[in-house]
Amino acid sequence: MKRRKGYYASKLKRAVHMLFYRRHKKPGVKGWELRKVLGTDYPKVLKILDHYLKALDLQVKTIFEEEKTVERPTIEQLDKARFYITLRGELTPKEAKMIGWRIDDLAGLAVTIAYIISKKGKVPRKEVEELLRDKLPGWKVSLNIDRYIRYGYLTQDENDQLYLDWRTHAEIDQKTFIDMLLSK
Amino acid sequence: MMSKRGRLKIGREKLQRIIEMCKSVEERSLDPFLIDVDGAVRTIKEFFPEWKIPEDLCLDAETVHHLASIIKLQSEWVKHRSTSLYTDPFLLAEKLVYIEKDEIVEIFLKVWHPIVEMEQLSLHSIAEALRYWESLLPLNERWREVQLTEIKTGLVTREELIKQRIFREKAFSKELESFWKELKDRVKKDGREGKIRYWDFVGADIYEETVQRAFLTSFLVTYGYASLEIQPLEEEIFVKPNENPVLKISKKQLVSIPIAVSAEDWRKWKKGER
Repeated sequence: MKRRKGYYASKLKRAVHMLFYRRHKKPGVKGWELRKVLGTDYPKVLKILDHYLKALDLQVKTIFEEEKTVERPTIEQLDKARFYITLRGELTPKEAKMIGWRIDDLAGLAVTIAYIISKKGKVPRKEVEELLRDKLPGWKVSLNIDRYIRYGYLTQDENDQLYLDWRTHAEIDQKTFIDMLLSK
Repeated sequence: MMSKRGRLKIGREKLQRIIEMCKSVEERSLDPFLIDVDGAVRTIKEFFPEWKIPEDLCLDAETVHHLASIIKLQSEWVKHRSTSLYTDPFLLAEKLVYIEKDEIVEIFLKVWHPIVEMEQLSLHSIAEALRYWESLLPLNERWREVQLTEIKTGLVTREELIKQRIFREKAFSKELESFWKELKDRVKKDGREGKIRYWDFVGADIYEETVQRAFLTSFLVTYGYASLEIQPLEEEIFVKPNENPVLKISKKQLVSIPIAVSAEDWRKWKKGER
């Protein structure tokens, strides 16, 4: 029993190192990378880690390929998924400010994401700029959109169409967001 | 009655108009149901028998292509409306215009779970960096011009060159063929399903020989004497001898497969860990 505990303790440490420290351009680790280092029982290691992180208000978040929601994932789906450590609960406006977000910028991001979701995930950049210009100074609008793109919340194609990008899928509960917005 | 030329002109204009309409819907994310697909198909059908020259046929094909994209967009539209994420865009846009900054931030913070990541130097990486710095030569030494010294030329025998590994004992092609034969024999003896594990074939008692065998194996594969079979999930590589050398491997795009044959891998193989 003790040996088994030790076995998982060392795997947990390795999982923490891999998930907390950025290894690639994007944060997060692919399932197959975790399998390579932690072994085939990596989903169990992540489950234990998630349990430990609960006390710290953090969680292990799984984002499946093509941002699908999967109820009972197969090992192939897990291998292709990306795993992140995210906040489990919520931030207060004061805390959001502390991590570098001004209320204007955060509101702009929220409006942009909501608008893109309402338009089936694709909107011309000009439309978003017009929407934001209503409440934000003109010079700031384009800068903000570029910043959202740089952080990975949005992406833009060659026809200046905006889409939601990997960070939005990893960090934002889109369904609850829209529901809350409409019930306001 | 309209002349044939006049009719063709009208037909081309109509197809152009359909293409323009489809393009504006595709590019500006407009409602794809704005396009009357049935009407457009009727127009395409009406003029199709009259197209004779390739340019007109291309225009016809382009119209069909754009129309197909519109039908795809319509299908996506219907699919999206049936999902739980669908909301009336006008209703939501209206909300977004009138909602207060603080209100939307308050909602957003409830559903936003930012990724946690750290950037930090470890003691180990600092020590590693220091070791590297100590062993790094100054630039003026690294970039110093190579000093050429004149040496007298002399004679060397073929045996000496073979000893120094500049010349080989056998011609390379002959060596490759005997190696191919060895592969076939090994597969018969130790392999299964006509193939053998890569490491079981290239591995030798000493590391230098292992590298030499891996080098020759790479030529066996390149010249079509054998093929590699990779099982990514099991992380296994197999070598499969071909009965006859395959000169051109179908029309598939050829890929290079780097296989590390490090001393550590070799040691693991010797211990039976690979």
